[in-house]
Amino acid sequence: MAKNAWPSADKRSLIGKRISRLDGPVKSTGRAKYAYDISRPGMIYARLLWAPYGSAKVVSIDTSAATQIKGVVGAWPEMKDGDEVRFAGQVVASLAATSEEIAHEALKSIKVVYEVQTPQMNDVLLEKAETKEQRDEIPDAATVDKTFNEAEVKIEGHYGAAAITHCCMEAHGQVAEYRDNAMYIWPSTQNVSAYAAGLADAAGMPASQIHVDCQYMGGGFGSKFDSDQWGAICTRIAKETGKPVKLMLERDHELMAAGARPSAFANVRAGASKDGRITVWDSTAWGSGGMGGSRALGVPYIFGNIPNIRRVSRSVRTNRGSQRPWRAPGHPQSCLVTMAALEDLAAAAGVDSLEFFLKNLDYTERPDVYREELRIAADLIGYKDKAHPRGDSTPGPLKRGLGISLHTWGGAGHKSESTVTINPDGSASVNIGTQDLGSGTRTVVGIVVAETLGLPLENVQVNIGRNEYPASGASGGSTTVGGVSTSTRDAATAALNALFEKVAPALGVGADQLEAWQGSIHVVGDASKSMPWVKACSLLGQIPVTGKGSKPASDGTQLDNSGVGGVQMADVTVDIETGRVTINEFVAVQDCGLIVDLKTAESQVYGAMIMGVTYALYEESIYDPVTGRMLNADMEFYKLAGLADVGTLKVHMMTGPGYDERGVIGLGEPPVISPGAAISNAVANACGVRVPTIPLTPNRVLAALEQGGKLA
Amino acid sequence: MNAFEYAQPATLDEAQALLTSASGPVAVLAGGTDLLTAMKQGIVNPARVVSLKSIEELRGIEVSSDAVRIGAMTTLSELAAHPDVARLYPCLVTAIKGIGSPQIANMGTVGGDLCQHPRCWYYRNGFGLFGMNNGASLVLEGDNRYHAIFGNDGPAKFVNVSSLAPGLIALDATFNVRGADKQMRDIPAADFFKTPSAPEESLTSLAAGEVLTHITIPAAQTRNATYEVRERHGLDWPLVTASVAYTDAGGSAQNVRVVLGHVAPTPWVVDAAAKTLEGKAIDEAAAAACGTSAVADAKPLSMNGYKVQLAKVAVKRALLAAAG
Ligand SMILES: Cc1cc2nc3c(=O)[nH]c(=O)nc-3n(C[C@H](O)[C@H](O)[C@H](O)COP(=O)(O)OP(=O)(O)OC[C@H]3O[C@@H](n4cnc5c(N)ncnc54)[C@H](O)[C@@H]3O)c2cc1C
Repeated sequence: MAKNAWPSADKRSLIGKRISRLDGPVKSTGRAKYAYDISRPGMIYARLLWAPYGSAKVVSIDTSAATQIKGVVGAWPEMKDGDEVRFAGQVVASLAATSEEIAHEALKSIKVVYEVQTPQMNDVLLEKAETKEQRDEIPDAATVDKTFNEAEVKIEGHYGAAAITHCCMEAHGQVAEYRDNAMYIWPSTQNVSAYAAGLADAAGMPASQIHVDCQYMGGGFGSKFDSDQWGAICTRIAKETGKPVKLMLERDHELMAAGARPSAFANVRAGASKDGRITVWDSTAWGSGGMGGSRALGVPYIFGNIPNIRRVSRSVRTNRGSQRPWRAPGHPQSCLVTMAALEDLAAAAGVDSLEFFLKNLDYTERPDVYREELRIAADLIGYKDKAHPRGDSTPGPLKRGLGISLHTWGGAGHKSESTVTINPDGSASVNIGTQDLGSGTRTVVGIVVAETLGLPLENVQVNIGRNEYPASGASGGSTTVGGVSTSTRDAATAALNALFEKVAPALGVGADQLEAWQGSIHVVGDASKSMPWVKACSLLGQIPVTGKGSKPASDGTQLDNSGVGGVQMADVTVDIETGRVTINEFVAVQDCGLIVDLKTAESQVYGAMIMGVTYALYEESIYDPVTGRMLNADMEFYKLAGLADVGTLKVHMMTGPGYDERGVIGLGEPPVISPGAAISNAVANACGVRVPTIPLTPNRVLAALEQGGKLA
Repeated sequence: MNAFEYAQPATLDEAQALLTSASGPVAVLAGGTDLLTAMKQGIVNPARVVSLKSIEELRGIEVSSDAVRIGAMTTLSELAAHPDVARLYPCLVTAIKGIGSPQIANMGTVGGDLCQHPRCWYYRNGFGLFGMNNGASLVLEGDNRYHAIFGNDGPAKFVNVSSLAPGLIALDATFNVRGADKQMRDIPAADFFKTPSAPEESLTSLAAGEVLTHITIPAAQTRNATYEVRERHGLDWPLVTASVAYTDAGGSAQNVRVVLGHVAPTPWVVDAAAKTLEGKAIDEAAAAACGTSAVADAKPLSMNGYKVQLAKVAVKRALLAAAG
């Protein structure tokens, strides 16, 4: 009988190996069809008109001229007269036409009259900001003040991160087609199984009649959980016109309306003993995620057990598109504020940063893991040879420095169901209503089935991305791999046990004595008794067997787990005459329990590091304070890192005893948390001053150098 | 993008006839890397687009003993790859490499680079060339981190973004222009660029129907170099660029030209700073002093003071690069 547990190391043929993703070839040859690529017979194109002001009242919307244009199928107001515009990019009207070009041009003929108001755009200056909500955690103010005042070493600093967007390579949107009293949707989504629920109203039918199909998608990062207003508009137009409709956001609209990571700023006071033992943390933090404000920062990040803590938080409202969860919501900002302040404290104490973090690890939840990871990261980056006290003293404008950061994440699996079918011809398939965001989910699901059945990966047909398949959770919060691998292992085990029931009599043993291994079914402990897989499956006769598996929301299966630690170190060069930062080397050391596919796991970390260099050095949503318009809603001035920018990346995954037996844990978020902090710390170590706010662009670096009296 | 007529004539005569006979606004199309974007953004709305692609005489590079003559339709990649250009004018090659995009360099032309529209984000977002809203300058009140630090007293606060222009001015190039009347005229590179004081005024000294046909650069051996500062290492616009050229007379510099790019509504010639080097050996101290002098008159806006520092350093480093 196959056990629903992960195989031991000696019994793993696929799990933990470096396996190329199953959909690599179709993606790299362009044969993979994304929502953007879907084309249906007679399809029309919908476009959205968005408000160009951060704050305004809609006086009137007139679509009549637009509807007269040849090729326009229809135009609809999406706001009512008198409605408030709360951010530039808010949808005001929609339009559909027979070509994208006509739709784009015809939008200009929709006449909207606004009463323009002054938008609230400031999130940087707390005293001038519009505070929405405040949350203070001050267990013992007097002791905090006293400890700070008496601390042998103290720092007071300002730290922050500008608001950024998700900037998915594939914009939000979908194709909708109404036919045979059912709705067919091809969206770009992180949430296949639940996507239809949000469209039932627009489609005028129950979610059960809405078919969702997302085979490939070009990034979500937390911004694609919902079907969204545009999904509903697209669906409604499809129903109303009876024609298939494509509605994908354009890049500018995507950057304004389809996702933002809140800004975060903090004034921090912290104290330590002369030898670098932290004694007190006192912070006032604020940030804005647009209209809805933002949640409080979790500072001091991971060093939550520092003895004296005061934490004041303000949520600031601005007239910007609302925040959406951005890969590890809140963590990169909290991490930056904490690690930067603590590194400043180390520098003030004159204690080496690595030694400082090691000395205070007992204030974290996972000191042993961090200790081991810090050692490995230090080796990989050559810490001993490169480390120097704050401020590189070599002559010349190029200063080199090292920075460290630590992070954590949960990553338990979400609710999930799978079915695995074994056919009489020996083929096997798995159905699961999950999605592959590019992270390798399809491959992981295939590996789990193949490993469980003792088959090569290519013998398993993996079916994902449709809501007809057993429901699986949204891909967010690093919950996917734990969810899908658990339910799939469960389902594959159930199917295999059903097969064992048929095979056992032929081998003259009980089903509980069988195991599947390398293409055969064996009797445990008796090498002479086995049956090739295909022959065994032929015993099924005419009817395939299907096993069902599930991963409850919180479970006792022990197949997944939660709680990881990671360490990153950056080696940078700062040109102190131009303020330009160059990444030399960047190291990530990460645990995530049992790794299903080492290659896609490493890829996940590389991707996170590149995304991290991007937000550390370049990325920023820039808004006009007067009109509230986003000024860089394009990919020219909304700057993402390219290959020339990222330096040499090194990834080390923690595996083996102590890690593998924990079960599968998610990896999407953790590696993207530390880059801002590690790179900011490296810049401080190089040039001798803290650049308070990321991205670390030349204007910010030069301003900090000037303020620190270090401008050449 | 609005609907428009499209023509691809084979001769300049035909092209110019097409440019002057249209009833609405016209646009010359070279590589299209800027024009098509500007049309999609709705900031240029021609009724007729005339492509120069099939006009043979506008392509190619001719080298004679006293000059190098570059057709306006020569692509940026072709220019950078030409052995004589690489030998004589490293300042141009650096400027082209700095664009950081083989795709743009393969499509973009010399003429197009010199005539391209500003990238000012207020302009590109539909607030007009001067970025005005209800009679007030959004550039002044808003985010001007990439705007002008020189020549910004008038309504124009944008920067000229041609990376080739500073080098061509430093090299004393001449722009050869053909009028609708088929007459050629020569414009010194530095005089080609204009700062408009009203939105309808031109950014260049090209009159209606005129086409830039060639660029002529003296073939004299100079020391020249470009240094630019960008945020990213790959594809990105320079924050500041400096191109310099001088004649090396036995270790002392003569005819020094120092030209800044991306700092003013036109390429910005800093003759006074250049003069400080006349007859001197270019060393670290002299180069640094020239950089300081080059930015003496800078008038940064609220958010772009850092560009003054960058301009200072770019001049110094360009000079040191030229001196080798
Ligand atoms: C992301 C990005 C980064 C860039 N970075 C840089 C950079 O760092 N430095 C830099 O210099 N450029 C940069 N560019 C701009 C690029 O170099 C220009 O778009 C290109 O050189 C324009 O050439 P084109 O032939 O495509 O011109 P087109 O787009 O065809 O034309 C541009 C303009 O010039 C006019 N024009 C063209 N030829 C003539 C002629 N012969 N006579 C009269 N008018 C003419 C056209 O009417 C049009 O108004 C960048 C562009 C992008 C998109």
